[in-house]
Amino acid sequence: MISTKVPTTQSLTPQARPSLYWTFADALVLAKRHLVQIPRIPEELIFATIQPIMFVLLFRYVFGGAIAISGTTYVNFLMAGIFVQTVVFGSTTTGIGLATDLQRGLIDRFRSLPMAKSAVLTGRTISDLVRNTFVVMVMWTVGLLVGFQPQGNFLYLLAAVGLLLLTSFAFSWISATIGLSVNSVEAAQSAGFIWLFPLTFASSAFVPTQSMPTWLRTFAEHQPVTQIVNATRGLILNHPDPKTIWIAIAWCVGILIVFIPLSVRAYGRRTAR
Amino acid sequence: MSNKSAILAEGLHKHYGKTHALDGLDLTAEEGTVLGLLGPNGAGKTTAVRILTTLLRPDAGRAEVAGLDVVKDADALRARIGLAGQYAAVDEYLTGYENLEMVGRLYHLQGRVARQRAKELLEQFDLVDASKRIVKTYSGGMRRRLDLAASLIISPPILFLDEPTTGLDIRGRLAMWEVISSLVAGGTTVLLTTQYLEEADQLAHQIAVVDHGHVIAKGTSDELKAQVGGERLELTVTHKADMNDAVQALRQYSIGEIQIDIDHRHIIVPVTQGPQILAAVVRDLDASQIAMDDLALRRPTLDDVFLSLTGRAAEETDEPIDIDTARPLERSAR
Repeated sequence: MISTKVPTTQSLTPQARPSLYWTFADALVLAKRHLVQIPRIPEELIFATIQPIMFVLLFRYVFGGAIAISGTTYVNFLMAGIFVQTVVFGSTTTGIGLATDLQRGLIDRFRSLPMAKSAVLTGRTISDLVRNTFVVMVMWTVGLLVGFQPQGNFLYLLAAVGLLLLTSFAFSWISATIGLSVNSVEAAQSAGFIWLFPLTFASSAFVPTQSMPTWLRTFAEHQPVTQIVNATRGLILNHPDPKTIWIAIAWCVGILIVFIPLSVRAYGRRTAR
Repeated sequence: MSNKSAILAEGLHKHYGKTHALDGLDLTAEEGTVLGLLGPNGAGKTTAVRILTTLLRPDAGRAEVAGLDVVKDADALRARIGLAGQYAAVDEYLTGYENLEMVGRLYHLQGRVARQRAKELLEQFDLVDASKRIVKTYSGGMRRRLDLAASLIISPPILFLDEPTTGLDIRGRLAMWEVISSLVAGGTTVLLTTQYLEEADQLAHQIAVVDHGHVIAKGTSDELKAQVGGERLELTVTHKADMNDAVQALRQYSIGEIQIDIDHRHIIVPVTQGPQILAAVVRDLDASQIAMDDLALRRPTLDDVFLSLTGRAAEETDEPIDIDTARPLERSAR
C-alpha cells in the first residue's frame, strides 16, 4: 500500500541566502498560496463583491434622492465612500484567514519551519491587497454604470487608487492583529467587523458630516475613515486638498507602524488551541 | 546506534494562568529510537511537543534537540526537525502536490529540488493519483499521510508526531505504523505522543507515561506492562452455585490473586499468554459443566496503566478522554 523506499533526493539542505532575501521570497510563496486559491473558492470573492454592489445600489437609489450635495451629484459624492468602505471591510479577510490557519494547525506548521517569521503575515496582506484591488475595480465599473462621473485627471485618479490600496494594506494589519488575538474563526469574524460599522457610517463616507449632531460630528470629522474618504473624494472630483491627503497618508502609515509589530508579536506567540 | 541523546528535556515547566501544563517534565530519547509519550488528553503531551519544536518557550527548564537549545538555537533547530500531528496541518484548497512544494520552498530548498521532492513523497505515500486534487477532497487517512509527507520534506533526523493516528480507522492506523517503523529503520529519531498503549507498544523503544505535566513512569513496553499487571480473564458464570467450581478450574491459569464478586457472579483471573490459554479455559469449564454468560480476555489499557500508577482511571482527569476512541483495538479481543 505504501512504499517505504528511502528518499533519493540528494541535496535536501536549505539554501544559504541573506535573511532579507527570505523575508521577500517566503512572503511571495505564501502570497501565491492565497492567490491560487481565489478561483477555487469563487463564492468567497463573489460575496465579497456583492456586498459593496448592494451598498452602491441602496445608497444611490434609496437614500440618494433624499440627500442633496452641493456642487456635484450624490453618486459622485458616494463613490469615494463606497471605495473606502469596500477596502476597509475587505481587509477583514486577512484576520479571518489567519484565524482559520491557526485553527487548522497551519500556523503551527509554518512556525516550525525555518522560514521568515513575517512571511505568513506579509504573504497574506499582500494577497489580500491584490484581491481588494480587483474588488475596487469592480466597484469602479459598477459606479460608472449607475452614473458615476470621475472628474479628476488621470494622475489624480491614480493617486486616489493608490491611497485606497494603502488603506487596504494598513487595515489588513489591524485585522491580522485581531485574527491572531482571538480564539476562534467566528470571533475573528465578528471582532473584525463590528468596530468597522461605526467607523465607516459615522464618517463622511455616505453623508456630509454637517448634518450630524455636534458630538458625533466632532468624532466623525477627526477619525481616519473620514480623512481617507475626503482625500479620495477630492482626488476623484478634481479638487484635491493636500493637507487632507497628508493626514490620510499619516493615518495609514501610523496604523502600519503600530500594527505590524503587534501582529508579528501575536504571531510569534500563538499556537493552535 | 550511538548513545547520544537526540532529544533531552530537563525540568520543563509551562503554565497557562493557574493551569500547569508542564510541571517539571524530564525526557531523553537516544538517536535512532522512538520515544513514546503516553497519556490522556490534557496531560501535557502536546505542550511538550510544542516546546521541543520551538513553538512555545518553556517558563523554566531546558531542552535540547539534535544538540541545539530549543530557545537559543531555535532558528537553526527548525531546519533539523519535522512536525506532523493530529490536526493534519495541510491547506485544504491547495492540491497535494502544491502543499508539498510550498513546504519544500519554506524549508528553503531550491525550486527544482522542492518540486522533485514533492513528487517523490507523493509516490512514497501512495498519493500520486490524488496529487492534482485539492486536499478538501481527500479522506482523513490521505490528509494524515500528506501531513506526514510534509514533515519529511528535508528527511529530518528528528521527527515529532503528535497523536499521528488519532481519528484514523484501523487500516489507516496500521498503514501509519508501517511508515513510522520504516522511517525509524532508516535512522530517524521519533518522538511520538499517543493515547493508545497499543500504539506505544508497537512503535516505541521507550515509553514515558505523562500525567499532570510530568512523567509518572518510564521504561520499555514490557516493563510498563509488568508494572500494570498484564492480561486478565474476566468471566461471568450463569449460576451462583458454580462460582466455586469455576474458581477451582481457573486456578491453574492464574498468575496472581483471583478476584471474585459473588453478587455479580464475576471472576477476574490474572493470566499470561491469554489467547493461547483461552481455548483451554473454555474446554475446562465446559467439561465441568459450568455455564457462562460472558467470557472476555482483557489486555492492559491506558486505563489500567493509570489505575495502576495513579490509582484513578484516565477518564477522571480534568479533560475526559473519549472512551470510544481511547481503546481502539482492545475490543477485538472480546
